[in-house]
Amino acid sequence: MDLTDSALFTVLVAMLGGAIRVSTPFLFVAVGECLTEKSGRINLGLEGNLVLGAMVAYATSFHTGEPWLGVLAAGVSGIFLGLIHGTLCSLPRVNDIAVGIAMMAFGTGLAFYFGRPYIQPPAPLLPSIPLGNWTGIPSLQRALEINPLFFVGIAVALLMSWFFRSTRWGLIVRTTGDSAPAAKAMGVNVDLVRILATASGGFLAGVGGSFLSLYYPGSWNEGLSSGQGLMAVALVIFARWDPIRCIWAAFLFGAAGAIGPAFQAIGITQGFYFFNAAPYILTLFILASSARSRSSAREAPGELSIVK
Amino acid sequence: MLGTAPPGVAMAKAKAPLRLGPAVEVVVIVTGALLTAAAIFSLFLLAIGHSPVRFFELVYIGGFGSSFSFQNTLRRAAPLILTGLAFAIPARIGLTMIGAEGALVIGALAAAALAVPIVTQGWPVALTLTAMALAAVFAGGLWTGFAGWLRHSRGVNETISTLLLAYIATAVLFFFVEGPLRDPGSANRPSTMPIGRDYMIGTLPGTNVHWGLVAGILCCIVLWLVMSRTTFGFAVRLSGGNPRAALAQGLPVGKLVVLCAAIAGGLAGLAGFFEVAAVHGQANAALVAGYGFTGILVAFLARQNPLAIIPVAILFGALAASGGLIQRRMGLPDASVLVLQGTIFVTLLAAETLYGRFKIFRPRGDER
Repeated sequence: MDLTDSALFTVLVAMLGGAIRVSTPFLFVAVGECLTEKSGRINLGLEGNLVLGAMVAYATSFHTGEPWLGVLAAGVSGIFLGLIHGTLCSLPRVNDIAVGIAMMAFGTGLAFYFGRPYIQPPAPLLPSIPLGNWTGIPSLQRALEINPLFFVGIAVALLMSWFFRSTRWGLIVRTTGDSAPAAKAMGVNVDLVRILATASGGFLAGVGGSFLSLYYPGSWNEGLSSGQGLMAVALVIFARWDPIRCIWAAFLFGAAGAIGPAFQAIGITQGFYFFNAAPYILTLFILASSARSRSSAREAPGELSIVK
Repeated sequence: MLGTAPPGVAMAKAKAPLRLGPAVEVVVIVTGALLTAAAIFSLFLLAIGHSPVRFFELVYIGGFGSSFSFQNTLRRAAPLILTGLAFAIPARIGLTMIGAEGALVIGALAAAALAVPIVTQGWPVALTLTAMALAAVFAGGLWTGFAGWLRHSRGVNETISTLLLAYIATAVLFFFVEGPLRDPGSANRPSTMPIGRDYMIGTLPGTNVHWGLVAGILCCIVLWLVMSRTTFGFAVRLSGGNPRAALAQGLPVGKLVVLCAAIAGGLAGLAGFFEVAAVHGQANAALVAGYGFTGILVAFLARQNPLAIIPVAILFGALAASGGLIQRRMGLPDASVLVLQGTIFVTLLAAETLYGRFKIFRPRGDER
């Protein structure tokens, strides 16, 4: 039996392709959440950003015929939600976790409301770059058709790592997240930094949402996102607030999410729902094993309500 | 001199400022937040060219307008009371558990799965229903209690873990409903075997509201008593207010955390039992109806007070009940109710900042 015909090969290739596709929205949301959490706030509402971003991107692409404009519009919708979250949480005695839950409901509600007319009509989708032509194996070629947003996501993660490490603004964000009194003593407007960090994080989550509707799965419907925005929050804890580690974590989550479809590709449909639940189970397991580890305690931003 | 107060005291009494209690503060601020949310939503409706007056009129007609619509409201309020409690009880000990949806689904699945063999053996109805209810409460309690245990022993954030468990619960439901427990007769909509008309819980006499409403109200009263009048309730509130002080007092905070989580899951599981035994007669995808998530909002609006949950749940039951009417008469998608709920939620949380700001609500003598 030839290598390319074996079931294992099919599954592995399908998982590779799936991991690249599935991980991209995770990557954007996680890097955005990483920025927000580094500033000392947690935004649990990124699920709402993701869904609203997906809807806005699809609608914009449908009306203008320009998918990249859709990506931008999705980001802007994410800024909108992020600004609301950031501003509300700056009020005294307002709990950021509760506001996150509310923004999740608000964002999804808006998306479902305005998204109704866009469930049927097809909109122009994002193009992909065929990087697998050299292999000569069709299944591998399909797996290596990669969307540019994947590389943009990696670039953003690298850029953010540099931003935190080597820029003045990065230092300000980190200080704000580690100790608000210290930041105040530096003359930093803590609330403003956090609002901006939440809005930028919201932008990235919105862009992540555009990937869902404009590339993979590549259509708009109300069941499009199933908790990716929330899993990304857990992913950031797992990646210990490091953008570079977010890349690897997103890839791992993407691979877990690709297990179900990969088995389907070789005709195994038994336990389909359990394979689909794999990312959630993995997240839970990772949280249970990493939440109280010593390195996590050391690297967590000191102002974060979730680790207190 | 006798019988007349010294002039100084009389002066002080005349000048004593009007003070209302903290209970009035809650009502005023919550009502204010609701009105603000209604105003924002009205602007939203105006912006997209619909009449807000018509909208709220239809909410009233669809929710309270007739005996039929009010019964519909109560039917939808029943699970909301239980899922609202499922958020409110752990909130008292400082947990933000948002996975009632998952415990509801697991409870319903457990009840339906247990019913399949029992019903074929012809157990008495009362015994069957009791066994199903216990299975649902137990399964839901274990499900959410697990999240409480993860919180206590592994430090896993309970908000994230309960939501993840809700997604896992849905997958478990679909796995069983489309696999081992599937009724071969349910072609288009995979379901478990129906428990049969004879085994369904009836409705309250003279209405079409099922007994889940009574169970929910009873749970509210009992839990209100437990929370406000017992040592257990005091220990829970103390642990929620200041865990370190509670530990220093020798309270088993960890056990209380797990227990509160398990109670929450049991309540949501009970809601699932009623969905199976009183509404659907079987377990299927219709169980995932968002009751768990609306329950969070109910609990927030009731400020985690078990008694206040009853009227708030009825209000949201009315909102859900009028969704269809709004869709038919105004052509608004049913997601408009979601937008309104989201707006209420956000406004309500923003209003948290107002507590303690107004002198009029502080007790007399507090002149900060």
